[in-house]
Amino acid sequence: MKETTLPNPGLQAMPKDNSARFQRREHHLMLALLMPALLIVTLLLIVPLGWMIAQSFQVDGSFSLEHYERVLTDGVYWRTFGLTFRISFIVTLAALLLGYPLAYAATVLPRRWSLMILALVIVPFWTSVLVRAYAWLILLQRSGVINQTLMGLGLTDAPLALVHNEFGTIVATVHILLPFMVLPLYATMQKIPRDLMLAGSSLGGSPMHIFWRVFFPLSLSGVLAGMTLVFVLCLGFYITPELMGGGRTVMASMLVSRNIQLYVEWGAASAVSVVLLLMVVTIFYLVSRLVSMERILGVK
Amino acid sequence: MNRSSLSRVLFIGYVTLVLLFLVLPVLIVIPMSFSDSRFLSFPPPGYSLRWYDAFFSSNGWMSAAKTSLIAAISTALIATPVGVAAAYGLNASTHWSVRYLKLLLLLPLIVPIIIVAAGVFLSYAMTGLLHSLPGLIMADVMLALPYVITAVAAGLQGFDNSQEMVARSLGMNRFRAFMVVVLPQIKPSVITGAIFAFIQALDETMVALFIAGGQNQTLTVRMFTALRDEIDPTIAAISTLLTATSFAMVMLVAMARQRATA
Repeated sequence: MKETTLPNPGLQAMPKDNSARFQRREHHLMLALLMPALLIVTLLLIVPLGWMIAQSFQVDGSFSLEHYERVLTDGVYWRTFGLTFRISFIVTLAALLLGYPLAYAATVLPRRWSLMILALVIVPFWTSVLVRAYAWLILLQRSGVINQTLMGLGLTDAPLALVHNEFGTIVATVHILLPFMVLPLYATMQKIPRDLMLAGSSLGGSPMHIFWRVFFPLSLSGVLAGMTLVFVLCLGFYITPELMGGGRTVMASMLVSRNIQLYVEWGAASAVSVVLLLMVVTIFYLVSRLVSMERILGVK
Repeated sequence: MNRSSLSRVLFIGYVTLVLLFLVLPVLIVIPMSFSDSRFLSFPPPGYSLRWYDAFFSSNGWMSAAKTSLIAAISTALIATPVGVAAAYGLNASTHWSVRYLKLLLLLPLIVPIIIVAAGVFLSYAMTGLLHSLPGLIMADVMLALPYVITAVAAGLQGFDNSQEMVARSLGMNRFRAFMVVVLPQIKPSVITGAIFAFIQALDETMVALFIAGGQNQTLTVRMFTALRDEIDPTIAAISTLLTATSFAMVMLVAMARQRATA
């Protein structure tokens, strides 16, 4: 190559040079590389978010807390936030109970099996949310597979109402969010040194004892990361409750969408958004003091 | 049977049940899509291709599929270079602001999607980008960026930085050193990022529900509206096609990774 033999003026600016001027130039270059990405996020997210925050404090162009007053005193808003929290808690707990053993199995079983488990977690992960909601509509409907099976076994005489209610919403949401629990759990468990468990058993600990005293405490940061991710994602869920809830399971996100699309009430929609966003940011902030943010978001 | 092997059997049984819970719903859509009946009974009374025919011969579905495909491909083509540049910048800089800039770029993942959708709707309503294809693609790019950046950042962390320094000290300019030395080595993570961007844009529903419309309605928005009204088996055919696409993409990612480790 020709260039390699030519003297290059840029050579003086190699990283060895720690002068302030070099540092500044380096920083400007990095900012230039980040600029397109930052510009897109700023224009499409930060600016409108700022506008919404401003709107939430305004009625007819002047400052007012009316929207927040309504969110905090109106029974409809309370019930919706209450239901959103309850569903998110149930979903998070169910995802943990289903996901922990799965991640544990992927960690301790031989590589062939653990690869298969991970593949079976990742494929649904990348399947459209709509496809999965549709699948659950088919499975849970009155004449669906699950009702047919239950009636065939004689467990029930009439088909159960499994969908278009809170139950259907929770089942589908757990299914959609389960990988978000399993993947951070697996990432944490994988880093736990096996030697620790071997040491425990060579000292005469029973497998159960070693699991609860050694393995489980070391996996807690993964538990926290997974629970945070599932809970926060569930707080903002829209598609699934809209399709599976049959119009009766109204979650916080639906308040935002209805206020915008049905009533064109930007003030109310913005106030609900700000409250929802504050909850999410608070949860992330509190958890990030225990587990790093990258660790929580490092999935997918 | 002693106690520990009994608990092992129970454990394996439980894990198997959870895996079935994860996978069966995704699989059950496939036989449904080949049913010859309007009713979604399982197993289907007979098999046919009528729902695929219904999909491919419908102008509405076809135009929605076209919009989705164009948006997904454009998103991958735009979000990948933008994301690679950003990931490189974040990785190479030691400035204190980097931590906050990184958080800012991950914001589309942190902010609940309904709020993102409302925000994008708002800025498009003001700039006249509503129902336009460029608007849809731009929103998809924003949502795909965190995935591309995370994937590429992981690749850069595993890359030995001194190789780039050697190339530059031998006289290559920064851009050439990146293209010739760095990029080939982080290629698997760049491909992964591009595929993530593609799937993300193909599956995106929430923002499109607010901003896509008219000529530029996406496949997922049409599916969503159809699902709210009735469970038409055409959707089973589309679901099968979408799942097959996702599966093929996941396989591509696995292959890109495999070749990197081989």
